[in-house]
Amino acid sequence: MTEITPQPGPRLRVLILGGTSGIAEATARLYAAEGADILLVGRDRTKLDTIAADLGVRGAGRAEVAISDLAAPADAAAELSGFAATLGGVDHILVAYGILGDQAEAARDAAAAERIMTVNFNSAAAWCLAAANLLESQGRGSLVVLGSVAGDRGRRQNFVYGAAKAGLAALVEGIAHRFAATGPRAVLVKPGPTITAMTAGMTRKGLLWAKPEAVAAVVRRAADKGGPVVYAPWFWRFIMLIIRFLPASIFNRLDI
Amino acid sequence: MVFAPTSEWTSWGRVNRAPHHVARPTWRQDIPAVVAEGRQRFPSLLPVGLRRSYGDSVLNPAGAVIDMTGVDRMIAFDPATGVLRADAGLSFDALLRALVPRGFFLPVTPGTRFVTLGGAVANDVHGKNHHGAGTIGCWVRRLGLLRSDGREHDLGPDDETGLFAATIGGLGLTGIITWVELSLMPITSTMMDVETIAFDDLDGFFALAEASEQAFDYTVAWVDCLAGGARTGRGLFTRGRHAAAGPLEAGKAGGPTIPMDFPGFALNGLSIRAFNALYAWNGRRTAGNSIQHYQPFFYPLDAIGQWNRMYGQRGMFQYQSVVPPDAARDATAAMLRAIASAGEGSFLAVLKTFGDRPSPGMLSFPSPGTTLALDFPNRGDGTLALLARLDAIVREAGGKLYPAKDGRIPRDMFRAGYPGWERFASHVDPLMSSMFWNRVGP
Ligand SMILES: Cc1cc2nc3c(=O)[nH]c(=O)nc-3n(C[C@H](O)[C@H](O)[C@H](O)COP(=O)(O)OP(=O)(O)OC[C@H]3O[C@@H](n4cnc5c(N)ncnc54)[C@H](O)[C@@H]3O)c2cc1C
Repeated sequence: MTEITPQPGPRLRVLILGGTSGIAEATARLYAAEGADILLVGRDRTKLDTIAADLGVRGAGRAEVAISDLAAPADAAAELSGFAATLGGVDHILVAYGILGDQAEAARDAAAAERIMTVNFNSAAAWCLAAANLLESQGRGSLVVLGSVAGDRGRRQNFVYGAAKAGLAALVEGIAHRFAATGPRAVLVKPGPTITAMTAGMTRKGLLWAKPEAVAAVVRRAADKGGPVVYAPWFWRFIMLIIRFLPASIFNRLDI
Repeated sequence: MVFAPTSEWTSWGRVNRAPHHVARPTWRQDIPAVVAEGRQRFPSLLPVGLRRSYGDSVLNPAGAVIDMTGVDRMIAFDPATGVLRADAGLSFDALLRALVPRGFFLPVTPGTRFVTLGGAVANDVHGKNHHGAGTIGCWVRRLGLLRSDGREHDLGPDDETGLFAATIGGLGLTGIITWVELSLMPITSTMMDVETIAFDDLDGFFALAEASEQAFDYTVAWVDCLAGGARTGRGLFTRGRHAAAGPLEAGKAGGPTIPMDFPGFALNGLSIRAFNALYAWNGRRTAGNSIQHYQPFFYPLDAIGQWNRMYGQRGMFQYQSVVPPDAARDATAAMLRAIASAGEGSFLAVLKTFGDRPSPGMLSFPSPGTTLALDFPNRGDGTLALLARLDAIVREAGGKLYPAKDGRIPRDMFRAGYPGWERFASHVDPLMSSMFWNRVGP
């Protein structure tokens, strides 16, 4: 692990959509240790305030919260510029909220499926598009979006969630493509299974579970450098390469 | 659902392994609901931290455990007074990273920074500065304690019910510590002025301890416990203090991790002998004055993650005793002789004198006298027989053992060493228990 020490000079201004997500919080701690100004957006004021206080002691220049139901933005562009104004301008935008949902329920109940797609794709896409315009207009800054390895190939276990994340992946790749010749950058980070509250109900057997700190280190780095798609931890890139290229005749017989 | 079964659950010593039900809350405000569910489903509960305790005080296979490490946020810090309030699951590592750059240090720290605030208070940990600073309990201003009846108490040294005193060093048995307010110590540099001096025998140790404790904040000695005869008790004495000037930089994150168990033969008498010889040689070579970062000074073993795996599948025992000043010299010599003659080497033999600053804790381990800490690979009956011989020496000298390190102390020896245990027992939460408490409690 590398040590990040507070930078002299202007402080980084970081906007986090989905501030109570486990990966977002671990990432925010890295930013706090650098002395960044951080705005956390989410629905649960108590939890956001708890995290903001912690980030303040951990060294954040400022740690503030804004309450918003991110899954249902009325006007993402207007809200986003409001958040940026609160920070006095924005350097990094992290889109980190999402729900895992329940695949079995989604298969039965159209409303449940729609909820998974609305939260993880429709609303996230609205924020990403608004962020792309904002960053393009200022000619600099990073958009980092949390996708999932589940978006790389549909599996019976969670393909509604996976489909939403796959859609988001195409969208962010497109934004990165659009940015290619200009100043800002856009990155999709694809974590594998991570030990956070989102996965608390799952049996975390096996070696492939990552700690949120490990994923956060990848997310933080992605804002500064790296390609438009980054796996977290890195080995997922190779695992998913294999999984994507398995012929359906084999894949469909595997219980993965 | 919040309590999930795990197959592998051990403490740092890894002698006992048993399946456990474990809940891992992430928010302080969720803990009451976790306790309420645990109360419905299990006969007993036990809060745990980073499980750096060696024995069975962090195990509760008959009930369930609440892993507090997800509740790890800082609540408030006042740089004017150095007072920090934080969740009980916050680690010393995270605390140091956040506050060392701002010129604050822990008032008391054990030999590893991977402990939680709650775990440190529940064991009332001590450090190399016990002769001046006492235990961590001396620096706790207030704490939150959630009892299984759902009531949360805000306790400080002014508490007259005894619940605060029972909770400092209370081994997780008085309830769940939810937050802790601690006075930190100002520092002006992260460097330490350190002096290392070789001594030839126990008299040498006691003379150095006596001569050093006024002028040095931190003192500790390493003893070669394989040396016998005239060389019994030879070792290296280290004394240090925070440097007055220098940078304020938190240290690096952990070093390499031992990925798997070492095979049992890796730690035979020969390798321990070689290690001791090397350590002694290295110590003599570097004897004298030096300036070093606080991290290797306080936390040399943290540089190798999971070093407990060096002891193989069967794990290890740690044995830490304290004996009163009058008996200290003879009892320590007798223990070292017993170890040398048993041929059961210990990698680590750490010797230190405790001061007389009292802790508020009822079950606090440190008391005036000399403390000796030893690691023994678990070789079954032979090791247990040696530990029983050491028990006899400690009891004879009027001493006691440290519950944080223990996994086998006989009930009557615990009671003899902790005469306040009955008063303590009256404060134990009816829902809290542990393997340790089942063994030594009422
Ligand atoms: C390398 C090494 C060096 C060490 N050096 C020292 C030393 O120099 N001095 C010293 O005193 N100790 C030392 N220790 C022991 C260690 O400091 C203690 O065991 C410490 O309490 C461990 O903290 P933890 O967070 O891992 O707690 P755990 O081991 O998980 O738990 C310790 C106790 O606290 C209770 N507990 C945990 N969290 C809570 C909570 N929130 N509320 C109520 N009870 C709780 C548990 O039930 C248990 O009884 C050392 C250990 C190691 C591995």
